[in-house]
Amino acid sequence: MEKKRKLVVIGNGMAGARTVEEILSRGGAEMFDITMFGDEPTGNYNRILLSNVLNGSYGEDEIFLNPLSWYEENNITLLAGLRASGLLRRVRLVYGEDGHAEPYDKLIIATGSRPFIPPMEGTTMPDGSFKPGVFVFRTLDDCRQIAEYAKGKKTAAVIGGGLLGLEAARGLQNFGLEVNVVHLGGHLMQAQLDRSAGVILKNSMEKLGVKVLLEKSTKAILGPDRVLGLRFADDSTLECDMVVISAGIKANWEIAAGSGLTVERGIVVDDQMRCVDDPNIYAVGECAQHRGHMYGLVAPLWEQAKVLADHVTGKNPRAAYHGSKVATKLKVMGVEVASMGIAEPQYPEDEVIQYSDAKRGFYKKLIIRDGRLVGGILLGDISKAAYLMQSFDRNTPLPEERLGLLFDLGDPPKQVTFEEMSASTQICNCNGVSKGALVACVNSGKRSAKAVMDATRAGMGCGSCKAMVNEIVEWACGGKTEEDPSVHYYVPGVPLTKPDLIRAVLERKLKSVSAVFDYLAGGKEDAASKPGLASLLKTLWKGEYEDESDARFINERIHANIQRDGRFSVVPQIPGGITSPAQLRRIADVAERYRVPLVKLTGGQRIDLLGVRKEDLPKVWEDLGMPSGYAYGKSYRTCKSCVGSDFCRFGIGDSISLALKIEQEFQGFDSPHKMKLATAGCPRNCSEAMVKDLGAVAVEGGKWEIYIGGAAGSSVRKGDILCVVDSHEDVLKYMGRFIQYYRENAKYLERTHGFVQRLGIDKIRAVVVEDSEGIAERLEREIAESKAAYKDPWKELYSISPANQFSELLPVLQ
Amino acid sequence: MTPAMAEIEIGPLSAIPPGEGRNIQAQGRKIAIFHTRAGAVFAVQAECPHRGGPLADGLVGGTTLICPLHAWKFDLTTGAALLGDCGIKTFPVRVGEDGQIILMIDSP
Repeated sequence: MEKKRKLVVIGNGMAGARTVEEILSRGGAEMFDITMFGDEPTGNYNRILLSNVLNGSYGEDEIFLNPLSWYEENNITLLAGLRASGLLRRVRLVYGEDGHAEPYDKLIIATGSRPFIPPMEGTTMPDGSFKPGVFVFRTLDDCRQIAEYAKGKKTAAVIGGGLLGLEAARGLQNFGLEVNVVHLGGHLMQAQLDRSAGVILKNSMEKLGVKVLLEKSTKAILGPDRVLGLRFADDSTLECDMVVISAGIKANWEIAAGSGLTVERGIVVDDQMRCVDDPNIYAVGECAQHRGHMYGLVAPLWEQAKVLADHVTGKNPRAAYHGSKVATKLKVMGVEVASMGIAEPQYPEDEVIQYSDAKRGFYKKLIIRDGRLVGGILLGDISKAAYLMQSFDRNTPLPEERLGLLFDLGDPPKQVTFEEMSASTQICNCNGVSKGALVACVNSGKRSAKAVMDATRAGMGCGSCKAMVNEIVEWACGGKTEEDPSVHYYVPGVPLTKPDLIRAVLERKLKSVSAVFDYLAGGKEDAASKPGLASLLKTLWKGEYEDESDARFINERIHANIQRDGRFSVVPQIPGGITSPAQLRRIADVAERYRVPLVKLTGGQRIDLLGVRKEDLPKVWEDLGMPSGYAYGKSYRTCKSCVGSDFCRFGIGDSISLALKIEQEFQGFDSPHKMKLATAGCPRNCSEAMVKDLGAVAVEGGKWEIYIGGAAGSSVRKGDILCVVDSHEDVLKYMGRFIQYYRENAKYLERTHGFVQRLGIDKIRAVVVEDSEGIAERLEREIAESKAAYKDPWKELYSISPANQFSELLPVLQ
Repeated sequence: MTPAMAEIEIGPLSAIPPGEGRNIQAQGRKIAIFHTRAGAVFAVQAECPHRGGPLADGLVGGTTLICPLHAWKFDLTTGAALLGDCGIKTFPVRVGEDGQIILMIDSP
């Protein structure tokens, strides 16, 4: 058997021990004999919980991560209580303070940091020890001594208003002391908070009885043989019986510097956590400096430990650490705080969303760059922290609805976390896919939301659960999802985003779906991509579009809606829901003649003939003598209406004739998804115009409000007001501009409500109403051309029917 | 070919537009015939094993078929399910020199 190599770790704190755990989990025990030097005489403990030990909420033994027995079980030699004092790289030896020499093949420096003591008179006694009553707050031993000394004392001062200082203040308060926090800076927790948040936190702390002194530089610790008070640079003084110094930390890099390793603020390491001068020596944790950054939080340390372990064991020689995004969530004296990234905007373009309720102690601030979160502060209410920290960490685009980032609006609050959610909970209500099935699919190796949706069909019904499926897949992957690049494509089979695809189609004059596959997808046809391409090409080329019926979904191929038994439904055009006795008589005759099993009124104020056989379709249409109502297409569907001003005693606008004009204007328009419209003659909104894709509502003064992005299907949403206009003609004009903008910019199968929320009403209003991009005239022209290219598809089909399109069976000579 | 198989001439390939499918009735069975844009011809059972959807009305791309009802996906060459729980039966089929589609099917 190959001789094991010697791995020596200097430091037995959280970084050292965690790194060794990671190495062991990669089979490190087979490769290395491991020896650890530890300053403290114990196993390693969770330093983050020290303040809880100080305040009494945890016992000492509750914070141990690895007891001494763990070292034994894993054959690790722990030199507990022995400080490493020297490193000889040339002969690969580490020396202990007692002269013990330990040889190594690989060395890990995890010496952490120690408290920074600012220069102040009277800190120490002549022998160099701290003056009685002066403490730092770093180790279990510090905790014990503070607790012991605090007995019977009245007042304490904490120097330093950072996170650790405030935690120390809270601990001291629990011993019944009156506590003053003395801070050099202008506000508390400068690393995490901005000034406004700092002010609110100060108020909250003072309400809890902690006094906060800002912009105070401590010059001296008073008292001849024990602490009696502090004197500041402005010569003012503060009486106190003890002082805890918590003014920041300083990396322990001496052992590295002493052996000639490069040290700046910390020990400089590369992306594999190796010291830049010696490939056999690594540094990890608070003592390490990576790309100019040093980290004092625990999450970055975990990431570093993983990379180091991957590399030193050879498990993944290409593992690389790229730095961490720092986000933290904590409770300071009962005040909840979450912070991530930067605290102040850095560029003029940075977007700042801010909410402040100083009286109640709430503060929220987000800094957004290019639609992504780069910084955030939450104080008092951190209910949105989990979502925001995830977005921050993964750099995912934020929804346009900024308000919803700070508060839960209207939506029912999430009842349970995914951990708590039972496996049998149904997530996709269309296809009956449970949380458990999604997790099983992830565990079987599908690592992207799209792959999971393809495999389980979750999210492939009405689509309203897609967001949750995404979240569950991310959760089940532990955040390590792979993004399927096709999510950015307009259709999965052509590797282009919608703007790029449109550009390519226009430049190369591709007018048929097969031409797009030939020129833009390497000749590879993709069945699922065909309908989306057909829709887009028709929108772009209008009358010049070269139709290929195989590219269309069956509904749009034969202009009827396929039913569960393979028969079809027929819905003739009845704009505004206005019909006549003669029309009704004709519909009734057709229903009887073709033995239509069900005649039903639709939600769009039309009449549906359900259960028509495919081969009867052309005759049914011909006998009806009415145009198609497009009740099957990803297209303009219909415009319903209330009775309006002629008959209704409340009506203030002529909604019926507006609906008729709208239908004439937009009938047959292909679009990314269906568009359902309505007009209402007064704000009572009887025709539900406010929850339609587009709606027009008459308001007093002869005006019309135009709503866009409403929904009342699998999602329910009140539309946003695009603008208020004076005439039917203007309603048509702005609706037309919006429809064309939607047709050109929405993803395939994105309803208007998703589109409006994704872009934001402000952006859409700017383009469509204020013409901020100078395209309004072109949008109107496109609409006019599409209108001119309209042909009733039923009439086309029954007059020039393509090859046996409607025959149930081809005749076979047998 | 086993003696139990019968060859049936269905009609000209040109009766099915490229990229589409049509149903035929043969030996008492309904069968969907597809004519891909690449010029190949395939024959499979007419009804989707999921909820009986009419496969001839589905979308075809390359050799992939998507059922129009709930988007189950099949490979036309093997009948294997690409999305869904079970596959479909396929039948040997070819195009004769005269452009006629010839289906091979077991005799009743």
